[in-house]
Amino acid sequence: MDNLKNLVREKHMYRSRIGVAVLVCLVMTSILVSRLVKLQVVDRQYYATRAEENRMRLSAVPPVRGLVTDRNGVLMAQNTPAFVLEIVPEQVEDMEALIARLRPLLGLQDAEIARFKSRVQRATRDKQRYLSLPLRSNLTSEQVARFQLNRFDYEGADVTATLTRSYPLGAAAAHVIGYVGGITEDEFKKIEAAAYQGLTQIGKIGVEKSHENELRGMPGAKIVEANVNGRPLRELEYRQGAPGKNLILTLDAKVQLAAQNALGELDGAVVAIDPRNGEVIALVSKPGFDPQPFVAGIDRASYKALLDDRKRPLYNRALQGAYPPGSTVKPFMALAGLEYETLQGGHGEYCSGSMSLPHSTRKYRCWKRSGHGWLDMAGGVIQSCDIYFYEVAQALGIDRIHTFLSLFGLGHPTDIDLPLEKTGLLPSREWKMRTRKEVWFPGETLNIGIGQGYMTTTPMQLAQITARMAMRGKGFKPHVVHAFEDALTGVKTLVAPEPLPPIPHRHAQDWETIINAMVEVTASQRGTAHRAFKDAPYRVAAKTGTAQVAGMSQEELKARKLEDTPFHLRDHALFVAFAPAEDPRIAVGVIAEHAGHGGSAAAPIARQVMDQFLLGQITYNVAPPPGAAPATAAPAAATPANPATPAAPSAAPSASPAPTAPATPADVAPAPDAPAPDEGEEEEVEVEIER
Amino acid sequence: MSPLSGGRSDDPGVRRLFDRLHIDPILLLLLLGVCAIGLTVLYSASGHSMPMVINQAERLMIGLVVMFAAAQAPPEIYRSVAPWFYGFALLLCALTLVLGDHAKGAQRWLDLGVLRFQPSELMKLAMPIMVAAFLHLFTLPPRWHAVLMTLMLIGIPVVVVMVQPDLGTSLLIVAAGGFALYLGGLRWQYIFGALAAIGAAAPVLWARLHDYQRQRILTLLDPESDPLGAGYHIAQSKIAIGSGGMFGKGWLEGTQAKLDFLPESHTDFIFAIFAEEFGLLGVCTLLLLYLGIVGRGLFIAARAQDSFQRLLAGSLAMTFFVYVFINMGMVIGLLPVVGVPLPLVSYGGTSMVSLLAGFGLLMSIQTHRKLLAS
Repeated sequence: MDNLKNLVREKHMYRSRIGVAVLVCLVMTSILVSRLVKLQVVDRQYYATRAEENRMRLSAVPPVRGLVTDRNGVLMAQNTPAFVLEIVPEQVEDMEALIARLRPLLGLQDAEIARFKSRVQRATRDKQRYLSLPLRSNLTSEQVARFQLNRFDYEGADVTATLTRSYPLGAAAAHVIGYVGGITEDEFKKIEAAAYQGLTQIGKIGVEKSHENELRGMPGAKIVEANVNGRPLRELEYRQGAPGKNLILTLDAKVQLAAQNALGELDGAVVAIDPRNGEVIALVSKPGFDPQPFVAGIDRASYKALLDDRKRPLYNRALQGAYPPGSTVKPFMALAGLEYETLQGGHGEYCSGSMSLPHSTRKYRCWKRSGHGWLDMAGGVIQSCDIYFYEVAQALGIDRIHTFLSLFGLGHPTDIDLPLEKTGLLPSREWKMRTRKEVWFPGETLNIGIGQGYMTTTPMQLAQITARMAMRGKGFKPHVVHAFEDALTGVKTLVAPEPLPPIPHRHAQDWETIINAMVEVTASQRGTAHRAFKDAPYRVAAKTGTAQVAGMSQEELKARKLEDTPFHLRDHALFVAFAPAEDPRIAVGVIAEHAGHGGSAAAPIARQVMDQFLLGQITYNVAPPPGAAPATAAPAAATPANPATPAAPSAAPSASPAPTAPATPADVAPAPDAPAPDEGEEEEVEVEIER
Repeated sequence: MSPLSGGRSDDPGVRRLFDRLHIDPILLLLLLGVCAIGLTVLYSASGHSMPMVINQAERLMIGLVVMFAAAQAPPEIYRSVAPWFYGFALLLCALTLVLGDHAKGAQRWLDLGVLRFQPSELMKLAMPIMVAAFLHLFTLPPRWHAVLMTLMLIGIPVVVVMVQPDLGTSLLIVAAGGFALYLGGLRWQYIFGALAAIGAAAPVLWARLHDYQRQRILTLLDPESDPLGAGYHIAQSKIAIGSGGMFGKGWLEGTQAKLDFLPESHTDFIFAIFAEEFGLLGVCTLLLLYLGIVGRGLFIAARAQDSFQRLLAGSLAMTFFVYVFINMGMVIGLLPVVGVPLPLVSYGGTSMVSLLAGFGLLMSIQTHRKLLAS
C-alpha cells in the first residue's frame, strides 16, 4: 500500500516535472522564433544588402584609347594587337618545369622569370591563383605558332591577344605625340580613380598627356558574381563604357618627317605654324627618342642612358628650349622703331663695323667687321647689320622694346595645347631689378636689339611671332589638335581657332615695309638667306639669326672660324620665315644648335619644310651648302671636346665691361628666370621603370 | 488524449501491427520528415554534391536499421546492460585520448579500421540509460547520497570528453544525465543551488577554458567587430539567415553557401542555409517538426510504465530539444559556437546513428508496454 502510494506520488511528481519541461521548451522555442523574426523580418533588408555586397564584384572593362592621326589621317599613335603569354598558377602542376619548357621557346631572361615568380607569389598570398599572370608580352607570330603547336606541353599557359600602344613615326614625333606608360603612385593620387578603372596606363608627355581625358574614354563595368575569394563565377550585368575619342592633329606627318630629315645630324628644333589659324604643321625636336620602350615599361639602364645622354633626347627643345633669338628679332625691332617713330623707313645709318656708347670705351661690333657702310632700314634687315639695330634699340629704349615685343607674346607661353611649355625671357627694367637687384644698363639695351643678352625665346615662340608678322598683327593661339572624332559614330568636333587680340599699329603700311625687307632677305643677292631660297617658286619673307652661345670675347668670336671652335661653343643657327609672303600659309621657326650661321645652316631646313608643305615635294637641292657641310660633320669631330671643361682659354668669361651674354657651361644662352634646361626638367615627366 | 497520439494509429488493427513491429508511426513520420528536409538542404549546402547526399542517406539507412533493431529489445534489457554499456562507452572515450585521430585540434575520433566514429556519441546514449537505470534502484525522489552518486556517474565521462576537448558534446552529456536526474525528482532547492554554484564557478571555469573557446564566447558578444576573423562564422550566418526573409530565396538559390561565404555550411551551420533558402516559414515548419518529435517523446515518457523507462524517455526527448536549441541558438547568434550539429540535418554520420538509436529506445519503451497496467 505504501509502495503503491509511492508509485502514484512518483507518477504525479513525474508528470508535473514533464509539464515544467514542456513549458521550458516552449519558452526557449519562442526565444528562438523571436530572434528569427528579428533577423528575417525586421532586419531583412539590412542582411539582404549585406548578402548582395558579399557576392557582387565590379569588374572594370577598360576603354580602348583613341587613335591619333595627322591632318591627313596618317596614324601617329595607334593600338596594335599584341600577343601575351599568360599563366594561371592554379592550373599548373609544376611551375618550375613549365617555365623550363617555355624558356627556350620565348628566350626568357632570368629577370623576366624572377618578375613573374614574384607575381605568382603575390597572387598566392592574395588567394588569387586563378588569375592569369603575364609572363611575356609581345610574342612574335612565330613564337605564337610554335606555342600553339605544342600547347599540350604547356598546361596552364595560354596566349591571349591584347592591345598595346604604338607610335608609327617613332622618334620623329615622340616629343609632340608623347607616350603612355604605367600609372605611377604619385599620378595615382591625382587622378580620379573611377575614370581609370581597369586601366594601367596614362599619357606621360605630348598629346598623350595634354589630351589624356579625351583619348582615355570611360571604362565600362561588368558586375560579376564572385565567391568568397573574389573568383568571378558568372556575369550578372554589363555596363557599357565609352571608347576614347580619336584625335585628328593639325600636324602634317610628311612635313614633320621633312623637318626631321632636314635637321639631319644636327640637334635643334623646327616649328611650323599655319598663320591663318594657329594650326601647328610640324613640331620637331632633335635628337628624338624611341617612345616604344616607355609603353611596356622602360628598363632602368635604358632610362638612365637617355637621362645621361649629353644631347638630352628626352628634352623637347621646341617648347622647352630657351635660346637667344639673335638677329631673328631684328624685323620686330624695326617694326617697333616705326611704331614709336624713332625710326623712319628711309633712315640711314653708317656702319663702320663697330660703335660705342657715349662715356664708354666698350666697343659694340657688327658681325661684319669691315662694316656695311651706309644702310637704310631695309638694308639693315637684309644684311642683318648689328650696328643699325644697336642704334634702333638705343633710340627705342628697353621699356618700349619690352612693351612692343610683349604684344607678340614674347616672355609668355604661347599656350599651345601641349605640356611643359617654357616662357622664354623678355627682359625689362622691372625684371632685372626683381631678379638681379640691379638697374638696367644702356649697353644691355643694345644687346637686346640684336636678340642677345638676357633675351631668350623658345622655337615655338619664334614660329608664333613670325606667324603674327605674316598676319600683319593678327594671330591665333597655336594648337596641335584639329578635331576630336567620336570613335563610334565618326562624328568630328572641330577645334575652333582661337584668335588673339591683334597687335595695334598706327601705320598699316609699316607691316608691308618690314615684310618687304624680309622678302629681300631671300630675294636679294645681298640677303643672308638668298642662297637657300634663290630658286624657290614662292616668295618667302625671312630673317636669319646666329646666336652666340658663350661669352667669348667678340674679338675671339670673330677671329675664329667655325671649324676651329669647340663644338659646344659654336653659335646656334636660327631662321624664321613665312611664305608665300603675299598670302602666308606657313610660318617656320628653326634652331640648329651649334650649326653656325642661320643663313647657311638653318635656312635650308626651313626651305625643305616649306617646300614639302607648299609644293608637296622638296625641290631644294639637298647638296650640302658650304656652311652646313662642316657643321654636319662637326658632331663627330667635336665629340672629343670635353664638355666638362668649357672654360677653354679662348672661352674665358667675357672681359668686356658691359654684360653681354655671360659665360655659361650650358649649351644655350642664359635665361635667369626661365633657367636653361637642367635635370629638373625631365623629372616633371613621370616614368615607370620596371623593377 | 494528446493530439500527438491521434491519427490512424488509434485504429486498433493498424496499431497492433505497429506494436508488433515495435514502431511508433508518429515518431517515425516526424523523424522522416526532418530527415527529408535535411537531405534536401544538404544538397544545396554541399554545393550540389550528390555523393555527399547519398553518403548521408546511407547513414540515415544505417541509423534507421539501428533504430528498428533497438526498438525490438524490451526496455528491461537496456536496464540490465546499462552498467556494461556505460563502462564500455567510458572506456572508448578514454581510449580516444590515447589513440584518437586529431581533427581540427581535437582528439574526438576513434579509428576502428572499418569504422571511424566519436565514442562521445556513444556516451550520449549510455548516459541517460545509466542514470535512469541507477535511479530506478531507488524510491524517487532520490536521497542525497543517490544524487551524489548520480552526479559522479555524470561527472566522470563529462570530464573525459571535455579534455578531448569537445565542449558541445560534454554539454549534451551533462544535459542527458541531468534531465534524467531532474525527471527523477531532484529537489528544486538542489537545482537552484546547483545553478547558483555554476554562477559562482563561472569565473573559475572561464580561466580554464581553451583560448579558442574563450574567443568564441567573446566574439559572440560582438561578432560584427571582427567580421573577417573570429566573428566571421556568426556574421556570415546571420547574413544568410536574415537575407532569407519570410519566404526564403528558394531551394538552391542561396548565395551565401554557394559562394563559400559561409564555412561549414553543410555541417554545424546548415541551419543558416536552410533559413536562407526557405525563409521564416520553412524555419517554423522545421521547428514544428522538431517540437513534434520532442512532444511525442515526452508523451511516450509520460505514459511509460516504470521509472527507468520514464526517466530514459524523458531524458532522450529533452536532450534532443537541447540539441536543437543549442545549434539554432549558436547559428543565429544567441549562444556561443560550441560545435553542436543540427540533429538529423547536419552532415555527419555518428550523431545521425546515435540519435536514431535513441529514438529506437523511445519506440521500444512505447511498444513494449504491458497491458496489465491499463
